[in-house]
Amino acid sequence: MSISRPVNVVQRALKICGAVQAAFCARRMSSQHFTYHPTEPMKDAGATEKMNLFQAVGNAMALTLENKPNSCVFGEDVGFGGVFRCSVGLRDKFGPSRVFNTPLSEQGIAGFAIGLASAGTIAIAEIQFADYIFPAFDQIVNEAAKFRYRSGSMFDCGRLTIRTPVGAVGHGGLYHSQSPEAFFAHAPGLKVVFPRGPIQAKGLLLSCVEEPDPCLFFEPKILYRLAQEDVPVGHYTIPLSKAEVLREGKDITLIAWGTQVHVLLDTAALAAEKLGVSCEVIDLRTILPWDEETVFDSVKKTGRCVIAHEAPLSSGFGAELAASIQENCFLNLEAPITRVAGHDTPFPHIYESFYLPDRFRCLDAIEKVINF
Amino acid sequence: MFIHKKLFIDNASISLTMQAQYIAFRRLCLSLSRLSALGTRKVSVEKMVFPGHITNFTNKLELKKPEENQAIPIYRVLDKEGVPVSEDVEPQLEKDYVLKAFRTMVLLNTMDRIMYESQRQGRISFYMTNYGEEACHIGSASALDKGDLIYGQYREAGVLLWRGLTLEEMMDQCYSNVGDCNKGRQMPVHYGSRELNFSTISSPLATQVPIAVGSAYSFKLARNGQVVACYFGEGAASEGDTFSGLNFAATLDCPIIFICRNNGYAISTPVHEQYRGDGVVARASALGMVGIRVDGNDLFAMYNATKAARQLCVSENRPVLIEAMTYRVGHHSTSDDSSAYRSIDEVSYWDKKDNPILRLRNYLFRQGWLNEESEKQMRTDCRKQVMGVFAQSEAKKKPNPALMFLDVYQQMPTRLKQQMNATKEHLARHGSNYPLSAYEKFDVSAF
Ligand SMILES: Cc1ncc(C[n+]2csc(CCOP(=O)(O)OP(=O)(O)O)c2C)c(N)n1
Repeated sequence: MSISRPVNVVQRALKICGAVQAAFCARRMSSQHFTYHPTEPMKDAGATEKMNLFQAVGNAMALTLENKPNSCVFGEDVGFGGVFRCSVGLRDKFGPSRVFNTPLSEQGIAGFAIGLASAGTIAIAEIQFADYIFPAFDQIVNEAAKFRYRSGSMFDCGRLTIRTPVGAVGHGGLYHSQSPEAFFAHAPGLKVVFPRGPIQAKGLLLSCVEEPDPCLFFEPKILYRLAQEDVPVGHYTIPLSKAEVLREGKDITLIAWGTQVHVLLDTAALAAEKLGVSCEVIDLRTILPWDEETVFDSVKKTGRCVIAHEAPLSSGFGAELAASIQENCFLNLEAPITRVAGHDTPFPHIYESFYLPDRFRCLDAIEKVINF
Repeated sequence: MFIHKKLFIDNASISLTMQAQYIAFRRLCLSLSRLSALGTRKVSVEKMVFPGHITNFTNKLELKKPEENQAIPIYRVLDKEGVPVSEDVEPQLEKDYVLKAFRTMVLLNTMDRIMYESQRQGRISFYMTNYGEEACHIGSASALDKGDLIYGQYREAGVLLWRGLTLEEMMDQCYSNVGDCNKGRQMPVHYGSRELNFSTISSPLATQVPIAVGSAYSFKLARNGQVVACYFGEGAASEGDTFSGLNFAATLDCPIIFICRNNGYAISTPVHEQYRGDGVVARASALGMVGIRVDGNDLFAMYNATKAARQLCVSENRPVLIEAMTYRVGHHSTSDDSSAYRSIDEVSYWDKKDNPILRLRNYLFRQGWLNEESEKQMRTDCRKQVMGVFAQSEAKKKPNPALMFLDVYQQMPTRLKQQMNATKEHLARHGSNYPLSAYEKFDVSAF
């Protein structure tokens, strides 16, 4: 117990947190633009427990703190449990020297985390919203990503993981909705990871923590409470740079990551029903370095491809995928590769439902690609 | 006054005492404010009610002007003639140490002259000298422990020389040859050494400040008794990263010594365009940090201050900020002609009249530890040593070009392997268009 939180302070903090959560969850049901498709339970992974995404993330951090005495979890408001509850209970269990608040400075958090990692501590840093990662852009891109390369491997910050809530939430406006993955996909040296649900979040986060390279971990915040799965309680990892084929199909390949995977699963069902089209759905999972093999194999088989992401169209990560697929699957392509994405505008508040690449926009794209 | 530290500490017993004090204090505040609520009109007695602040109220309207504060004085042991400023502060350092420090300063100065010329002749692409800041480097570096981790900016070659980086390693780095610790990837003077606990230099200014703080926190958790030292210029001190780093160090109680080299200029920008406060050290107390301003041209003052700072760091897990006042005698870099923004007279004053090497030389002469002859011998030896290594470094080949692809990640991703193989194939067909003869063989077999 530290002097910064006598009981009344804790209560006040919980109230504030409640307000923050309410702000981000209250209108969830009305604004949700997809059905959540739970991940298949894992085989041979032992006992499981119902967890939503924030609990699965918290569980991965708790396991790390438990198993690796040289690990730390920190960021803005992380100490009392985090504004999204991801670190609830961790400070009480592992002590304020390993689970703690930092001053409110993203560049400071990222730099501090790099230094911890470089000196041998496993650092799990939180940036409160991905929208606020830009002050840390320099530390992440110029320092973390290049730490190993520029020193000829004398120094590295591979023990670093930066987690951050990402993506649309129904009413987040410009600065509580962004998906900045493409900015980081242009930075050699980083690993950029994007889970679509609790089972994945835990396995991928543990991989990030154990990876010898610095990782950015984007958590779709709309799924924090909404997504519930039977998550194995023990330790397990899911490999990075491996995409997952979630639904096999023969007519067209659909590619997405994070929440958008669920939109595409909805769309695939619609396409089967309305258009009689058989869609293969791929969850990319890791943005950098991404799994070319799985993607190319699928497109070579189907001959058609739609890529969807929440981030704006121009120079979004879909552009990288489309160019690479075109170069590697040229002879198999029956139609132009099509991208369905957020518009090239900032993320708008009341216009969110017109902005997002929802199932109807995706279905429309599939129809055009099939009829090309 | 404010509660300036120990909000988060791992020592439970201290934490409990602090907590008890805090609660007692809150009670006092509450009863005081109740008193005033009951109609007692003693406004000046009423105490803090705002979280985290312990202070009085005042009914005097007073805007705080910084110029009303005394400027923080500069700690000095030797005057600029090399004479101890008072008998009480007679430097107690041994002859061997002082001679070794002097020799390292001379060696650094010699290397600077030769490498600077080498760049002028187009033999290396870039260089930055350390003229005028030699004592600041050696004085601070020699007060640290070998296991302490150091982060630098780029103008701290003396720290590395003191630690034991060889001239060969330094020149190999500047020549980006096969001996370069960075495998030819970074510009000259971006030194680093795992063995000597000196984290590799990078160009973006001040990024090392919060990074160094993270490493210091890691040391604190490991309870390894080591500290981190972090150097930066007064220009870099204006970056957001410096503020963040200092503030993190203070709030997270990190064993770190910040050493700001205030040499009057950041490229062409003089300090009065860099800041309006009392330099950099004045910021320490604003952040609840221990600070001291030191004459950076005085080896002994730098040594003593760093030694004391280290002691405090280790015993109390408190960060310390040292502002070393010095002067950048050389151009900013080989890409800069400083006569465009400052007078030759100004430079020559610091070069001839208040120069750290001359100051120590005068001290050594007074002590009878050096004379004209032994100094001449020392300078000749240094020059010989530098020239010998210089010729060897220049003759070495550049590394295997395939090393361009290594170390981006610990394991090379497939796509990168393809790019490496494509480069190999391209060179097999078009190699005559490339300077391959200066490099070792393009070899991908190792990875
Ligand atoms: C983030 C960043 N901005 C600008 C530069 C270009 N730059 C290199 S050195 C320098 C001046 C630094 O001055 P100071 O910190 O006072 O150190 P000094 O060169 O005087 O030792 C500048 C602006 C840089 N390297 N990084």
